Formats: sequence, structure tokens, C-alpha cells
Amino acid sequence: MATTYDAIIVGGGHNGLTCAAYLAKAGRKVLLLERRDILGGATVSEEITPGFTFSSCSYVVSLLRPQIIRDLELSKHGLEILPLDWTFSPFEDGTSLLRGPDGEMNRRNIARFSPRDAERYPLFGQAMSELGRLVKPIVEAPALDPSKLNLSTLIELLRLRKHFRGLGEDAIAANLKMMTMSAYDFLSEWFESDRLIGPMSVSGIIGTFLGVRSPGTAYVLLHHYMGEIDGAFRAWGLQKGGTGQVALAIARSARALGVEIKTGCPVARILMSGDEARGVVLENGDEYRAKVVVSGADPHRTFLGMVGEDRLDGDFARQIKRFKMRGSSGKVNLALDSLPEFPGLAVDSPALKGDITIAPSVDFLERAYDDAKYGRFSRQPFMDCVIPSLTDPSVAPPGKHVMSIFVQYAPYKLKEGPADWENQREAFGDAVIDTLARFSPGIKDRILHRHVLTPWDLEQTYGLTEGNIFHGELSLEQLAFMRPVARWARYKTPVRNLWLCGSGAHPGGGIMAAPGQLCASTMLKARAV
Amino acid sequence: MPTESPFHGRIAPLCTSYAWKQWGGYYAVSHYGETHLAEYWAFREACALTDITPLFKYEVKGADAARLLSRLTVRGFAKMPVGRVAYTCWCDANGKVIDDGTVSRLDEDRFFVTAAEPTLAWMSRLSRGFDVEIVDVSERIAALSLQGPTSRDVLKQCSDADMDALKYFDTTQAKLDGVELQISRTGYTGDLGYELWCDAADAIKLWDALRSAGRAYGLEPAGIEALDMVRIEAGLIMLGVDYHSAPHVTIDARRSTPYEIGLDRCVQLDHGAFMGQDALRAEAARGASWKMVGVEADWLGLEQLYASYDLPPGLSPAASRATLPLYADGEFAGQVTSSVWSPLLKRHLSLASVKAKYAQLGSVLQLEHTVLYERRKVTATVVEKPFFDPERKRTP
Repeated sequence: MATTYDAIIVGGGHNGLTCAAYLAKAGRKVLLLERRDILGGATVSEEITPGFTFSSCSYVVSLLRPQIIRDLELSKHGLEILPLDWTFSPFEDGTSLLRGPDGEMNRRNIARFSPRDAERYPLFGQAMSELGRLVKPIVEAPALDPSKLNLSTLIELLRLRKHFRGLGEDAIAANLKMMTMSAYDFLSEWFESDRLIGPMSVSGIIGTFLGVRSPGTAYVLLHHYMGEIDGAFRAWGLQKGGTGQVALAIARSARALGVEIKTGCPVARILMSGDEARGVVLENGDEYRAKVVVSGADPHRTFLGMVGEDRLDGDFARQIKRFKMRGSSGKVNLALDSLPEFPGLAVDSPALKGDITIAPSVDFLERAYDDAKYGRFSRQPFMDCVIPSLTDPSVAPPGKHVMSIFVQYAPYKLKEGPADWENQREAFGDAVIDTLARFSPGIKDRILHRHVLTPWDLEQTYGLTEGNIFHGELSLEQLAFMRPVARWARYKTPVRNLWLCGSGAHPGGGIMAAPGQLCASTMLKARAV
Repeated sequence: MPTESPFHGRIAPLCTSYAWKQWGGYYAVSHYGETHLAEYWAFREACALTDITPLFKYEVKGADAARLLSRLTVRGFAKMPVGRVAYTCWCDANGKVIDDGTVSRLDEDRFFVTAAEPTLAWMSRLSRGFDVEIVDVSERIAALSLQGPTSRDVLKQCSDADMDALKYFDTTQAKLDGVELQISRTGYTGDLGYELWCDAADAIKLWDALRSAGRAYGLEPAGIEALDMVRIEAGLIMLGVDYHSAPHVTIDARRSTPYEIGLDRCVQLDHGAFMGQDALRAEAARGASWKMVGVEADWLGLEQLYASYDLPPGLSPAASRATLPLYADGEFAGQVTSSVWSPLLKRHLSLASVKAKYAQLGSVLQLEHTVLYERRKVTATVVEKPFFDPERKRTP
């Protein structure tokens, strides 16, 4: 082969691109290979129907690390995060709850259901921000490995200990509760109204195959409050031009730093020499060699697909197989002729610019989960909707709109098998629209185009094993020093010169880019490249 | 007690925040809804509509109109074609700036002048011997500013003007839903945008037509708070904030020449005799002792500063007009006059007046920053302005 690279990055998702950019920034010669003709992985925008740009998969930008924005000069390269300030939750009896940036309004609105909850609500936000501070250093550094007690682990532990000591016992106790309780139980310690607990609890189940009453789901709630600790940085927002522009901004930065990016280059397997990665082989047979290979693909795809079980240590292979992917969500993207209407919401209400959460009660959510447990998609699913075209008219023709609907539950493993999604896709889409129509009468007449993505599609088109949007569930036993498996949670893998930089590595999924950045910094520190 | 602009009947019901300001004797909206941020994003992502009626507006007509304006301001107008607009400032005899504004040539012998402060008496006094008539049209003309990436699409929808032919700093007559108006491709946001001038009697009709055409383009009414953020991003100065009108202050240290406030590009020293020319010629030769620069506070420094109090960085989401000192090697180096955390650029940006020796790009200064009642310092660097300068501002 003519060219040898310092590193080859497999996959042009936002983490692969971030890792590539950081390695190039450190002076390394980097080649990035993307399977599809379009960059972004699940951080992608596509014009599925003419004039309408859908953020096909990932639809809100959360937690993108501010340091990464600055290091890679992403604002200069097109990153524009628009605010998502409101949460509107309609109920089945025609009432609704609107929460937004105005604390007094929130208090009034919540008080209609529970005056006590109304008073507790800001205190809850405060407490969660405190907890967010606790988690911040964990998210910003590679996971500690308690099984290896060497000097550097000790130093890191001491640093964390100092940090935790400053937080006080209450915060630490709350954190422990958070790690073990269900979202429903945790919220019930604070609030009494189902109308508040229902819509708030869904943050705990997004992307998991768990219900709001399943233990461990409280932890994910915390993610919603972490962004706020960066002050002026927004926790949740929409990218101008669609989510894909985040990946493209990182790609522009990466290219400016010298990364060579090739699209339409599906990697068939990792090129091995003995137990050592030497490069990659594309599906068309082309070979590329490098000192190290970094995979942005999920752990299953990376190890079981591209390396091959026969080349892995048996114990490690078993652990990877046990790493839970089990996608549970789907996506429906709509091109709309006009804005949807909700009873109780003025036609030009700014609330439509925010989040519309269809989670009217805890029982509604739990029933939606029941379907999934037995291999069916929810007949009445939970939905999280946004209408980006209201804030960013560039994604739809004038006066028209796009609506992005995140839907749960849609289990990858249908009773009839995952491939049966081909037969059930439209029925699933119908269930979504029928449910939405109960809260937004008239929505059906506004639909110009419907784009339904099932977990099967997320796997087949976007390469997410079992359609898991986080490259593996964000459940407690799959986090931190156990992500993806214990002893191999610091981006390094048992395959020599093969590293993992995707969401299947610490600290996990969402458009955070932390795995990509931390993988690069860990590699550089270890002089692996 | 402020008065109501001709748009008030439409604006007041929309201003659900009841957050009003006084601007040039008129009620002006600070922000319409819960926060000003939605309006800020409308400026940058869609388009925003602001009532700018409070500007002072004059018509200068007559055979000597061009000659008079060239005499009054630092720019020459003899060669400016009809249909063009120029940004300029005017000075006292010592070359100290009185005000800044735009001059549009509507006809060979008819100009339209905007100013931040009343300027009729001053212009009239200096027009003796010129064949001109100066009319104060401040109350007769209602004005709106429509700014943002979709502003042109809105005007294409509802006006008969050839919007594609209208270049940056062009002005044209047009009809919009039957209303006769003047459309200038100018603004205070550093973005694609237009200013619309019509008879006050037609104000409501104009407002309604724009709102209705704008519905499909994300048009939002916007107040002064959002406007203040975008004008700082655009590096545009404001009278009474970033500099002071020479006759309104008592000591010379508070007065500025155009060279000191970044208006160098407006000054045409050789266009003929004009107010303050000798003083400005001397300063041009000598070099200004102060300069208006862009300053960026170091984010990591801010983060560390707050972390030393065990706090996350707490920056206001609104623009600030607070004056803050800048230091270099422990010495006073100048002052920040406007600053903003730009949610778009993710940078903490300021306009600052600094001693000339600190004005070069890359100069490292210390900016005062108060954390928890305590005045501390954070590193800040002189950077290029405008901070935000999209292509679409000037391209067809």
C-alpha cells in the first residue's frame, strides 16, 4: 500500500470525527472511513422528501462538551445550537402542562395540578444541578478502573475524593439513590402529581429497554441537568440545518486539521496480523494500513463483526455478546403542510418551539412498556416531538414544517423476529400518528410525507446494532468502568492497536462527543499513536 | 413620559412581558415574551422586526443638499449615486464626534438623514448660505427594521421591489400592500436586512402586511435587548454607550474623534472642507491615542475564576452596557463599553476603547470581572471585529 497512516478511524459519526480531529490536532496522520455516502452516522440530516430536511435519527443536541466546541473551533465551522426552551405536555382530558424559562409561569402552571409540587419544582432543579456537578468530573475524564490499583488510578481517585468531599453528604446520598432507584420512585420522593411525574420521568427511559418504574432509570434523569452547569452553554438545543450539521461542523474542523475523510467506504473487517490490528479491509477489497485502528462503531459491530469472534479472547467475546444493545425506540419524521394544533395552546404560542412530550401519565408509560416486554411495539407509545422549522425555517419550505417524533417503545426483537419490522413498519407509523392525533386533532390532514424508522432500519441503514441509539444501553451495569466491559473501559481493547471511540465507550451516548475526545486524549497520553 | 409610536397599537398587545424602555421619547419594547433570547435567535436564524421610529429623521433638499451634507459630515456626497446609502458621522470644529447615522440619496437634490439625537438646529445653523431646505420628518415617517437571513424572502413576497437588485447599502422606493415606502438594505445587526420607511399614517398597514408575509419565514417582533446583542456581535457602536456626543459632555477626555471609535473608514479627509477637517487631518498624521477594538474574554480563564469560588461560570444572557476597566501590566489600558455572551459564537465578546499601544490584534489585557461581589480580573485578548460577519450580509 502506498500510504501508511498513524491512525484509521472506522466510522464518520460525531465521535469518530471528533477522535480524528483531536488526533490530527496532535499532528497525527489520520484517515477516516465512512460506510455511507454521507457523514454523521446517527448524527445526520437528510432530505428525505424534497424541501424538507429531517434530522433522521438523533434530533436534539445535548451535552456537547464546551471544551470540544472550543478546541475544534466548531462555531467557526458551522455549529449553531438553537434553544429548546419549552416543554409542553398535553393530557388526555384536554388539559396540559407548559413549562419554560419563566419560573413564575412554571409555578402557576404546575400549581393547577399540585401547589406543593409547584413549590418543589425549582428546588428539584437546584438539587439536580448540584448532582450534575458531582457527575461532571466523571464525564470529563476516562473511566477509572478500580480493578487496576496503580499510581495513576490512585491519583485520580484522590482527585475525585477531594471533589466529592466538597459536595456534602446530602448530595452524595441523593446521588446514591439516583444510581439505584427508578425514575418514578425518585421523582415520587419529590412530587405527588402524576401530571408532573409522567412527563418528567421519560428522561429516565429514553434509549433503554426499561420502564419508568424499572430500577436504575433515575440516573438518566440527571443527564438533563448536566448541561446547565456550564452556565451560558445550553443543555438542550437544535442544530441549525438539522443535527447532521453538527457532524459536518466537526468534519470541517477535522479536514482543516488535516484528516483525510473518505465516504462510501464500508469497512469489511479489521486487518489483523496475529493478535494485532494493522489496518482495515474494505468491502471492495481495498486495504488501508495504519499504526492503530480506532472504531467508532458500536462494540458488537466492532468486535463480533469487524474483528471476528474467533480472534477474540473467549471471555471477552462472551462479555461483549452480553453487552445489552436491545434497541427500544423508533423515529417518525413528518413533513407538515401547516403547524399542528393542540387544545389549550395558542396557535402562535412560543411553546411549540420547544419539546412536546406525549407522556400523559405514569400508567400510560408503563402500559407502553408492557407491549414491548412481549415483543410488540407500543400500541400507544410515548413520544417526544420537536418542530425545528419553527426556530430554523431553513429546514422546510416557507410556511411548511418538519416534525421529529422520537417514539418508544419499539423493541428490536419483535415476537416475529426483527426482520418482521419490514412488515410492521407502517402499522407502527399508524400507531404513532393515531396516538398523536388524540392530542393534536387534525394532525393527519397536515401530513405531506411520513418517514418511519424502526430499530431494524436504525440497524440496517445507520449501522446501530439492534437499533440501540446509544451503542448499548445506558443502564448502570453498562456505565463508567464497565462500558463496554470491565477492565476494557478506557478505549483500549484486548486487540492490540485497536481502540474504541464510539458511544459504546465511556461516558456513553448522546451528541456529547466525549468518547471521541477522551479516546484520542487517552491514546495520545499512552503514546499509542 | 414617553409617547407612542405609530406602530404602538400593534406592538403593545404583543408585548406580554410589559417590559418597556424609553428610546428617543418613545415607548420601545425591551423584549416581547418571557425572555429576549427567542428574538435574538429570530435575528440570526429567521428574521426579526423592530420598530425604529424613534430615530431622528431629516429630509435635506435643494440644489446645495449634497454640498451641505459634505460640509457637515466627514464624508463627501457629490459623487454618491442616487439610490445609495452611506454611513457617516459628524463632528464639532475640534473633530470630536457629535453623532453618527446614515445618509441616503433619494434624488439628485434630495437626501434622507437619520441620527440618534436631534440634529435639526445644528444642521440649520450650518446651512446658512446654502440653497437647501431641511425638514424634520422624525414624526411624519414611521420606520421598521426587518433583519435576518429570511428578511429578503419576506419582502419578495409582499413588496414590488426588485429585491435581488437591491445591493448592500442600496435604497429604493417600493409599494407594499398599497403602502408607498422606501426600502434600504441597511441595519444594525451585521446581517442581511432592511430598513423600511413609510408615512406614519400607513404604519399599521405596513406592520400587518409584514407580519402576515413573515409568518412563513419565522418572522418575530423583536425588542431592544435582542437588538443590543446582535449589534455587539456585529461590532457596531452606540451613541451614549460606546462613545458620547461631544456637546453633551463636559470634559475632553469623554469626547472622541472618528479615528478613536473605529469610524476611520467613514472619514474622507480630502473631499472638500468639512466640520472638524483640520483637527482630523492633524490626528490622522499624528495617530489617534485611543482605539475602539474587539475584546474576547478567555473562556478557560472565566471558568477557572468561577471555579475558584466553587461556582459554574455565571454569565448574563443579556448584553451589558456596563463600563469595565481593562489593564495591561497592572496599568489602566482602557475600558470595555459593551459586552455580550454570544450564544451563536459561544464567545464572550466586548467592544472596548483602549489606548492605541494596546490596540493591535492579539494584545493581551486583563478585564475586570466581578464574581460573588468581588472584583477580579480575567485575561482578555484584542480580536478582530466584526465578530459576526456572514457572507449573506453583502452578497446578492
